[in-house]
Amino acid sequence: MPYRVEVWLKDHLPDVRGLSLVKDICDLGITTVSSARVADIYWLQADLEPHELTLICSGLLADPVAQDVRCEPASRGEEKVSADCHIVEVAYKAGVTDPLEETVTKAVLDLGIKGITAVKTAKRYLIEGQLDDYQLEMICTRLLVNPIIQQVVQVEPTSFPVSPQYEFKLEKLNLLHTDGAGLETIRRRFGFTDDELQAITGHFNCQARNPTDVELETLAQTWSEHCVHKTFKGRIKYGDVTIDNLLKNTIMKATEELNKPWCLSVFEDNAGVIDFDGRWALCFKVETHNHPSAVEPYGGASTGIGGVVRDVLGTGLGAKPILNTDVFCFGPPDFSYDRLPPGVLHPSRVFKGVRAGVADYANRLGIPTLNGAILFDERYTANPLVFCGTVGLLPRDLSQRGRQKPGDSVVLAGGKTGRDGIHGVSFASEALTDESSTGSCTSVQIGNPIVEKRLIDVILKARERGLYSRITDCGGGGLSSAVGEMAAETGVRVYLDRVPLKYAGLSYPEIWISESQERMVLAAPANSIQELLALFAAEGVEATPIGEFTDDGRLQLFYQGEPVCDLSMDFLHKGRPQIEREAVWKQPHYSEPDFPQPQDLGEELLRILGSWNVCSKEWIIRQYDHEVQGTSVLKPLVGKENDGPGDAAVIRPILDSDMGVVVSNGINHKYGRIAPYWMAASAVDEALRQIVAVGGNLERVALLDNFSWGDTSQPEILGALVQAAQACYDMAIIYGTPFISGKDSLNNVFELGGEISFIPHTLLISAMGVMQNVNRAISMDFKRAGDLIYIVGTTHNELGGSEYFAAHGSVGNRVPKVNPRLAKDLMDRLSMATEKGLVTACHDLSEGGLGVALAEMAFAGGLGATVYLEHVPLGEPVARDDFILFSESNSRFLAEVAPESKAEFDEIMSGTDFAVIGRVSDAKMLEVYALNGGKVVAASVGEAKRAWQRPLSW
Amino acid sequence: MSKVRTLILRAPGTNCDAETAFAFERAGALTSLVHAGQLIRREQRLCDYQIAVIPGGFTYGDDISAGKVLANELRLKLGEEIERFVDNGGLILGICNGFQVLVKAGILPAPLHTGRPMLTIIANDSGRFECRWVHLSVSKKSPCVFTTGIERMYLPVAHAEGKVVADPEALPQLNVVLSYTDELGNSNAGYPHNPNGSVANIAGICDASGRVFALMPHPERCIRRTQHPQWTRQRTRPQQDGFQVFLNAVRWAQSS
Repeated sequence: MPYRVEVWLKDHLPDVRGLSLVKDICDLGITTVSSARVADIYWLQADLEPHELTLICSGLLADPVAQDVRCEPASRGEEKVSADCHIVEVAYKAGVTDPLEETVTKAVLDLGIKGITAVKTAKRYLIEGQLDDYQLEMICTRLLVNPIIQQVVQVEPTSFPVSPQYEFKLEKLNLLHTDGAGLETIRRRFGFTDDELQAITGHFNCQARNPTDVELETLAQTWSEHCVHKTFKGRIKYGDVTIDNLLKNTIMKATEELNKPWCLSVFEDNAGVIDFDGRWALCFKVETHNHPSAVEPYGGASTGIGGVVRDVLGTGLGAKPILNTDVFCFGPPDFSYDRLPPGVLHPSRVFKGVRAGVADYANRLGIPTLNGAILFDERYTANPLVFCGTVGLLPRDLSQRGRQKPGDSVVLAGGKTGRDGIHGVSFASEALTDESSTGSCTSVQIGNPIVEKRLIDVILKARERGLYSRITDCGGGGLSSAVGEMAAETGVRVYLDRVPLKYAGLSYPEIWISESQERMVLAAPANSIQELLALFAAEGVEATPIGEFTDDGRLQLFYQGEPVCDLSMDFLHKGRPQIEREAVWKQPHYSEPDFPQPQDLGEELLRILGSWNVCSKEWIIRQYDHEVQGTSVLKPLVGKENDGPGDAAVIRPILDSDMGVVVSNGINHKYGRIAPYWMAASAVDEALRQIVAVGGNLERVALLDNFSWGDTSQPEILGALVQAAQACYDMAIIYGTPFISGKDSLNNVFELGGEISFIPHTLLISAMGVMQNVNRAISMDFKRAGDLIYIVGTTHNELGGSEYFAAHGSVGNRVPKVNPRLAKDLMDRLSMATEKGLVTACHDLSEGGLGVALAEMAFAGGLGATVYLEHVPLGEPVARDDFILFSESNSRFLAEVAPESKAEFDEIMSGTDFAVIGRVSDAKMLEVYALNGGKVVAASVGEAKRAWQRPLSW
Repeated sequence: MSKVRTLILRAPGTNCDAETAFAFERAGALTSLVHAGQLIRREQRLCDYQIAVIPGGFTYGDDISAGKVLANELRLKLGEEIERFVDNGGLILGICNGFQVLVKAGILPAPLHTGRPMLTIIANDSGRFECRWVHLSVSKKSPCVFTTGIERMYLPVAHAEGKVVADPEALPQLNVVLSYTDELGNSNAGYPHNPNGSVANIAGICDASGRVFALMPHPERCIRRTQHPQWTRQRTRPQQDGFQVFLNAVRWAQSS
């Protein structure tokens, strides 16, 4: 029988979950709620002696010092419910894996109590205050329940539904003898293009047989945009040229031409790999996880991290994850609820959910989250972007993708397989609609970080012992993609009924394409498989041989002895017809703002410091563990009070070595609407700038590209993609920084009642550099009053897409450009100066330009600054002080140099654009003098810091 | 002299084992990472070591409550062995999740056999995970062998459940070793100096013998210069605050 256990915090202790709920309710505009309390509910399916139940309650589920417990054979405890006391109980829907079930069952067994057959958990909310039904409903839908995975449960205890058994029945689809309508239904069901379906029909015609459902599923998964990047690899007619495979002709081409000896594995494995110190190698991958995060922010974001970590674990013969980076694009947190499209979660809900998902997952894996960015724009409201990146460390001689031999076993390791994330890849490749959040239930994966942590630990042990010949992650497309790719050169036989399941009732195609989390696929030779399985068992990680690799070049699947799939690897991987697309680019024109220069630029500065994009992200950064592994050298928050905005992150991955890894990112979607080419060039420049700013150099820097675009079947949008990709090539070549991996998400579209909205073209450039000596790293905070403030680089009249213009409600046209030759020379010289220890603080100029960078360096150092705009080197005459102060021209830095180092610094920098523009002061004031000598900024540093910290001090 | 043997306990979700081992190695110890299962299956024996450490992490995902499931596992399957280990002069260190485990297993503050629990650790007052550096003062009268000769420390915390709560009558009996202060050493400086709202600003406690010690902050993350958040601003010592804790432990084990 089911037992119900209710655990409440003792009354004298503050219920922090309740308190933050009250705060969130207040944010909804409901001010009548006085207090809220949250209880944990456990349902146990078991036959228990009374003393056993007591033991479980007081010895396990409740903490005798801090909690009260109520347990009865399932019947609700009777609170005295007044009219103003509202009770809501939220449980997981049937079929959703309860993340606590496994642990609770284990812990009860530890108590020596057997016979627990199932565990479910729920949350019980007690909300005090006057609420009408509508308000209560709003609280439930906006704060307490995510309909994708949860539901409000009524007074009766939830039963434990028995999963239906699955009756095997082979399904064949009639391709060969059907009419157009029949073909169309099949095309829609599997999401093929017309050409693809034609190729498939032709293929099966030759074999004079119809395909099975799982054969078509396999083709659909393998040929999805998510898996093969059709658009990037397609034929694109762009004006009078035809680009055959954009990826090969831009991003990969740069890497080929640069041909760096330290690039060990590029664009072929789950992550790109470079040499670190001759003995160790580094790999880096950044993934997008946009659509799942839009409908279920917590689950979507946590599985985003889980997925990219497995990419790294599945690179070469397995890498240890050593650093995470997250970049988010959301709608503004103050977006009005009235304007929120139906079916869309509010930006602050998405923000908080994604934050919690990433933190809970990455923190539990013990991977420091050391770098990231958050951008806000209304156009991300319906389609937020979530980029998760992971750096891995592996022995150099294990950095190449493994090779299995025919006869090696296919071993599936990690979590069990359920319905999670079925059709995730096609979901990721489709448009979101207002039904997405109701229809796509199974497309959202549920993560369990501890299963993944165990998997990481045991795989690294198995790697040390050389127990497997190849490894890959089970991600998008599930087994169909993982095994299908792994066996592309050999062939494979898989017995689907050997796959361990979370619950009964999965059909054979579901087993094959399920995207259940925390799974890896290994190839194990006969002579080591037993040792491998024993090791996994000892560490409590499930590992199951589900088939073997062959040499017949065929993908064969069996279920209960019956063949259900027999595809030629050749057709699966080479049979897809290349798609053809049109691309055009028309330069848009925006009106130039005509407002006069404001009197007090101090006010303007505070306004920009307080904007969503520029303001402090400390609230979120502190919720990530950036110290775990003990490797951090430059943390995300730096300066006198550990709260200044650091540029790139620096870590010491090997604790007894002085060599370091520098990681940064560059992204600014606001330039994209004016010129995607310069947006991409700016992103590359920004990522590299940050590496130089912390004392790194460009000698060994690798780049990653992540394109998140709108509907690329529209020529203008594809044209923007071509422009951006071209810029990636041009920049990489001149900076000498090859791309080693990348990802694209090319259908970020939201449909509502026929009306379609796109995200802004968004390119994230992530950079990873090697630093010879971490003791040379420098932080961005001013160090000493009296030091000289240099500006390095040329300032142009480039405020198109700038924060300053945005603050004045316009876009403009003069977008920041890049002159990579000048920039490279300038960065190399600056690196030389920092290497010599001549620079005590350095910060790159980005959003908000000189004004923002100066303010940040000052308040991070707890010091003031006085600067003179007349000394700022200009590319062309600029008459307005505000334009000089807030221009976002690229390739610029502010550097603090001690007077005694001036001569040497000047000599190293000579030949580039640079100048002393002022001094660091201890007056705690920011003073900026105009071209005409008047004072245009006189702001207190404290005031500036408060303005910068206020918006996200949640 | 033979090296001090240190056992670093691993369980599902442990994630500070490598840097903790590094700290002990630098302090001159010989370390082995041992999975809880190996102890339970008796493939490894606690009594073969002089120091046992429960490092930071999220054992069993901190499901139910932080450290609870591992605490039960240790109490029920290794309780006597642990008791014997302490009685025979062994040292036990619990860091972060290790603190939560030792308290919830009843190993701290009271020895296993005595009555009901008096102390536990719950969610931070802020309701959030807190990753920040904190100032700590060491109680002069504490018998803790890990903190001999240390007066103050500056270490990072990183936890969501670090608030120590205790029965009022239990408070005076506690061996408080570390308490949160501000940069000047004043106690009761409030949040964020006390990052979690711990009663009496408690950051670390030990047992009566001083040989079982647990703390929320992470000494293993403050071993050398470049781990210090201010190292780019000040001349900082090559050996940082946290290192002394490990050095003390190894020296004590050596001398006994």
